[in-house]
Amino acid sequence: MSAPLARQRILARLRAAPPQDIPAPTLPLAPMPASDEIRLDQFRRGIEAFHAEVIDARQRTWQTVLAEVCAAKRIGTLMLPPADLADLNPWPGGPRLSRFDRPIEMHKAELFDAIDAGLTIADGAIADTGTLIQADPRRMPRTLSLVPPIHICLLDPRCIYPSLQGALAATPWKQAMPSNLIFISGPSKTADIQQTMAYGAHGPRELIVLLTAGT
Amino acid sequence: MNAPTPIRFHANVRGVLANPVLRASFRGAMDFLMARRAAQFPAADAFEALRAQGEQIRQHSLARLPELLETLEANLQRNGIQVHWAETPLQACRLIIDLATRAGGDLVVKGKSMVSEEIELNHALEAAGIGALESDMGEYIVQLAGEKPSHIIMPAIHKTKEDIARLFADKVPGVDYTDSVDELIQIGRRVLRDKFRDTRVGLSGVNIAVAETGTLCLVENEGNGRMCTTVPDVHIAITGIEKVVARLEHVPPLLTLLTRSATGQAATTYFNWISGPRRAGELDGPREVHLVLLDNGRSGAYADIRLRATLQCIRCGACMNHCPVYARIGGHAYGTTYPGPIGQIVSPHMLGLEATQDLVTASSLCGACGEVCPVKIPIPDLLLQLRQQSQGNAAAPLLPGAGRGRKALQSISYQLFAWLYARPALYRLFSFVATRLRAFTPARQGVWTGSRAPLRPAARSLHERMKSRAGESCA
Repeated sequence: MSAPLARQRILARLRAAPPQDIPAPTLPLAPMPASDEIRLDQFRRGIEAFHAEVIDARQRTWQTVLAEVCAAKRIGTLMLPPADLADLNPWPGGPRLSRFDRPIEMHKAELFDAIDAGLTIADGAIADTGTLIQADPRRMPRTLSLVPPIHICLLDPRCIYPSLQGALAATPWKQAMPSNLIFISGPSKTADIQQTMAYGAHGPRELIVLLTAGT
Repeated sequence: MNAPTPIRFHANVRGVLANPVLRASFRGAMDFLMARRAAQFPAADAFEALRAQGEQIRQHSLARLPELLETLEANLQRNGIQVHWAETPLQACRLIIDLATRAGGDLVVKGKSMVSEEIELNHALEAAGIGALESDMGEYIVQLAGEKPSHIIMPAIHKTKEDIARLFADKVPGVDYTDSVDELIQIGRRVLRDKFRDTRVGLSGVNIAVAETGTLCLVENEGNGRMCTTVPDVHIAITGIEKVVARLEHVPPLLTLLTRSATGQAATTYFNWISGPRRAGELDGPREVHLVLLDNGRSGAYADIRLRATLQCIRCGACMNHCPVYARIGGHAYGTTYPGPIGQIVSPHMLGLEATQDLVTASSLCGACGEVCPVKIPIPDLLLQLRQQSQGNAAAPLLPGAGRGRKALQSISYQLFAWLYARPALYRLFSFVATRLRAFTPARQGVWTGSRAPLRPAARSLHERMKSRAGESCA
């Protein structure tokens, strides 16, 4: 459905314009990947500057650290992604665990009104901007990182790309883009009132990244 | 109240210049945005290299525009995104009304989209009995106040927090006056959250469209863009035909330039790449995604290689943040959807040169806009060309309304000036007479003396003085 002939007329006007020959830009190569630790350090400083919290859970189990975070933030209900998360069972004094395992239409009321925090697993990260990547909406529903007031994200620090360019070169996105690829750099924010930064505009007001050696 | 229109530019400007609160709001906001941007581009040579890339990506994309639009369309369709074309704002509004009606929506919840402002979508929807709700905090505030955005990135920049506190207390049921920014934002969040949950149609703009993958990219900080494009059943995106790039690799330089130039951030909170509706096995996401491609005069600008540069724009707003005119008069005075230097060069091809004849003159040509533009649009040169067009002095009229800015007295004066200054004997006679009769120079010289001292010839012309000095020293 288009306005009748709009497409043909627009394209015809553009084709009637004088041609120009502008070569494709030569883009500098992606920077050489630095060591894992340097990339992690850069990622960490970047995302912390965007007001996210990063907790290194590699020396302990992430489940232990998650329990501490839930206690500290008084999280009463935690929503998990549909994918099986190894060894995450309700624990004494811990939040009620809910699983995002049906279409959103059946979760909406709970998701918008009853869930305190969403737990997701990042598919990677970008070091130079401090950015988390969620690249598979089938494994990680889009709204789990968006609707609950707190977003807790597990990240394996071995999956940090040096830059966006590096990520584009190393992933199969060019051949097959996911229906929704999401980059996240910090909690939701706005400076729309008198240039004063406020967090938790429409998305999460807190973003907590747990570094883990594997999920 | 009459909405400001470009044709009333001079009257609009007088109103703003007399309002110290408004002027302080703009000055403060512009200083803030300039400082934030400067902090992101500490090294001039690195910035120049990045700008050169940005410019080349945009120019390369525009050079292949018809082909890229067809590739984009084919790949979007392959991804399950339906593509619609509109030549005019009216066509675009009709398309969107049809889509919303078919989706059974009586409300459209909107992410930030300047193109939707350009086509005055909210009015069209309301006329068709469909509500339109802005969900970007700044846009929500502006809509609640019954106003229009005064800046393309920070729509409510003209308002103080006290203005917003009073507005919320008046207009949002059950809200008491508070001027705490955090509380005000939480009020907006509460109101809009229910709408995201329950509304069937979401609308957004597009920052970059990638032809080779059929992807729509959206940049934002608040999360309302993700809400509008994720939670409702139907997502309608609207963009101008110029926003397309060929390849995925063209995104990173433009994205870096955009976020750093606009708000001085290395990255925005969210960068959302949409390549289709919910697929089998996915538990959320819209059931339908549509893209409306709008021309609205862009192909007219495209027809001229020089004016084509206006289409390089990535809508960062840096030119307005650095413009001495914008910083003093703000966005509303321009009376156009896009204010500031970029508005001065894109409005003529959208509205014609008759309505925008004063806008093209509202510049000191100081060059700041051209210097900060992340994709190197030669804004001052384009303003000069549009002035020529507006005056009817260009070799060929390019845009509707060319020549309509011509004023008889001004035009005759310049012709006389050119004629006189090209004839040495007459010029010497003229300057001799003018200097001798300087006492008779009128004190009132039309608009010039409205805010300036009158022009008066010197006692002796420069030629005469040089001649007498030559006599002294070289005799």
